[in-house]
Amino acid sequence: MSRPLPVLAELRRRIRHLEGTHPDPADGRGPAVLPFGVAAIDRHLPGGGLALGRLHEIAGGDATTTDGAAATLFAAGILARLGGPVLWILAGHDLFAPALAQVGLAPERVIYVEAGEEKTVLLALEEGLRHAGLAGVVGEAARLPMKASRRLQLAAEGSGVTALVLRRFGQSSASGTSANGDDGASGELLQPSAATTRWRISALPSAPLPDIPPTVPGIGRARWRVELVRCRGGEGAAWTMEACDAQGCLAPDRLAVPARLADRPAAPAGSQQHLAAAG
Amino acid sequence: MLAAADAPARRLGLAPGLPLADARLRAPGLAVAEADPAADIAGLERLAAWCLRRYSPIVWLDAGGGGGEGGNEGVASGDGLGLDVTGCTHAFTSEWALLADLVGRLGAAGISARAAIATTPAAAEALARFAPEAITAPDPPLAPEAERALLDALPVAALRLAPETLDGLARLGFATIGDLARTPRGPLTLRFGAAPLRRLDQAAGRIGTPLRPFVPAELVQAGRAFAEPIGTPEALAHAIATLTGRLCARLAALGAGARRLDLLFHGIDGRVQAVRVGLAQAARDAPRLARLLAERLEGVDPGHGIERMTLLAARREALHPAQAAALIDGGGGKEDGGKEDGIAALIDALANRLGAGRLYRAAPVESDIPERSVARIGPLAPTPSPAPASGGKGSAGKPAWPAAWPRPIRLLARPEPIETIGLLPDHPPRQFTWRGIRRKVVRADGPERIFGEWWQSEAETATLRDYFQVEDEAGGRFWLFRSGNGEDPRSGSQRWYLHGIFA
Repeated sequence: MSRPLPVLAELRRRIRHLEGTHPDPADGRGPAVLPFGVAAIDRHLPGGGLALGRLHEIAGGDATTTDGAAATLFAAGILARLGGPVLWILAGHDLFAPALAQVGLAPERVIYVEAGEEKTVLLALEEGLRHAGLAGVVGEAARLPMKASRRLQLAAEGSGVTALVLRRFGQSSASGTSANGDDGASGELLQPSAATTRWRISALPSAPLPDIPPTVPGIGRARWRVELVRCRGGEGAAWTMEACDAQGCLAPDRLAVPARLADRPAAPAGSQQHLAAAG
Repeated sequence: MLAAADAPARRLGLAPGLPLADARLRAPGLAVAEADPAADIAGLERLAAWCLRRYSPIVWLDAGGGGGEGGNEGVASGDGLGLDVTGCTHAFTSEWALLADLVGRLGAAGISARAAIATTPAAAEALARFAPEAITAPDPPLAPEAERALLDALPVAALRLAPETLDGLARLGFATIGDLARTPRGPLTLRFGAAPLRRLDQAAGRIGTPLRPFVPAELVQAGRAFAEPIGTPEALAHAIATLTGRLCARLAALGAGARRLDLLFHGIDGRVQAVRVGLAQAARDAPRLARLLAERLEGVDPGHGIERMTLLAARREALHPAQAAALIDGGGGKEDGGKEDGIAALIDALANRLGAGRLYRAAPVESDIPERSVARIGPLAPTPSPAPASGGKGSAGKPAWPAAWPRPIRLLARPEPIETIGLLPDHPPRQFTWRGIRRKVVRADGPERIFGEWWQSEAETATLRDYFQVEDEAGGRFWLFRSGNGEDPRSGSQRWYLHGIFA
């Protein structure tokens, strides 16, 4: 029998539905997506973009404060492109609103909630996800237990509001070395979670600018290593991207100089590189 | 007869109860005004209504001190107010800060007041009326034992007993409350009846003080008395649903919506507890209001049972029919109105759980100093639309954040000093050490010179900061500044600080 039975197709569709994964090209069900506008990433994500009304985790590359900042901007860029009001649930006091405006997230769109405690962050996240009027909710949390992530995922699916959890590990460890080594960023992101995608954003040296005489060269557009660590219904991958612009859009790395490519394993499609699919 | 005397008059030895002729004799030229008890009560009620709005959902008129009706159910003579400030201090740093605010505002309005805070209504009244000196902001806050000691030193009259009882006690040599408390209870009750000990127990918190909360007549309210006292959460929630339904019907008749709800629980032991819920926008959506109130039920201790509940629209506003229509849609409407209301509901839910001050939006402020450039505004307040112009200021004169200069996503609460190795005053450092990590500066942009705001303080006039964005070898980007221009010591300390992190 060459053609699958309709029963089988229906079962497959229902399994996909249960798994909360991605649109069946045939019936178009599954979540709407927000494309990144970068072919390399969108091609890789099931559905052609970041699934809306789902939970996504974003973390910095390691436990240093700087990568936390890159991850924050990555999240802000996504929210900026979502349009509509956004609830930003803060754990600390260091988020600087003018920088959000510079990646396209205008101040009138953001309602901040000072949650303080981790538990309160998750509680406020869930409450925010219950209200369909929002475009997105982002919460800053160091830990995201499996149970909490599942609750958030369900709440996001119920209301269609996109949930981002910004994992900030480096907050307390000022020196950049977390107290119990393995429990750092990379370890945490391998813990199970119900999130649809998990991202790791690390800062890279910025694109070199043409050298003009002063003793120190100027700074170009920031570049990030964008890693899709886990993706439901897809595979992990990593790219080098130029950081969010004033509209919150990433751009493919224009200056992928051969020297940079050389110290990586073969990267067939541009600067794309596959990791082992996790889950 | 004198009904009342102000402070200068009291210093002349004039006291309530003195015949007017005697008073005139002692103080020629005395200014006398006819006593008007009804107006006094009306004024006190206006004050009570103001306290309700500003401080606490439970406010009661306090029976007068001078006469003493024997019991506490006496008719108010119009000179005292009681407030239950349990859990009402979120707008203030402490209960004592609330008290200071209250007395200060009364003073500004020309009302001299004596006030005290204590653990029971009777003790607070006794301290406010009879404490030798006003208790303001004790540090550390009064411990229960300290409060007992203060109370014990007060004259017996502070218990507000009938005059004949006071006379009798005085004849037997009881001067202070402490004397009374140390006396065997049996003989005292035999001699003077239950009143002295009942008041003593109320002051000490051994028995509850029945209160009659003041409810301004003009407030929209719904009340319900229960034949059997209720106490289970389900029963209370059901009662809340009934009351909100009735309240919303009354609000609808007035074309109004509630901005604040006070729900009073009258226990059978006379205690009154309150739940106060604020709303970001006027609403009369009964299920939503009931949900907000029910969420706060866990803070209510039903004790032996609740015999009566009163729901008040403590603040109300006109509710536009269009708004009301959107509310009826339940926030799920497709038009913008529905969405806005959905967000208002969310803000109410979060604000009532976390505290209203924890929700805000950021708005640009006309200031170049980064830490001053962000103002907090209410979560639903209209934002002055920031039109970022390249020059940094909005074109229409509205404040806006600079679009041309980069701003870090994380701004440290306080700039942190860093150790630097640099070359020239006009250049960023070549290397800096922050939080124990040495970083080599590979690239840098700057300086962006930000001047002190002379209109803020004299000391800022000459100061300036030179901000640099620097990048280390790993791509970490930081916002550094040097306090001062690198030469003139008046412009700053010339030290380097790290102020923010870009990425």
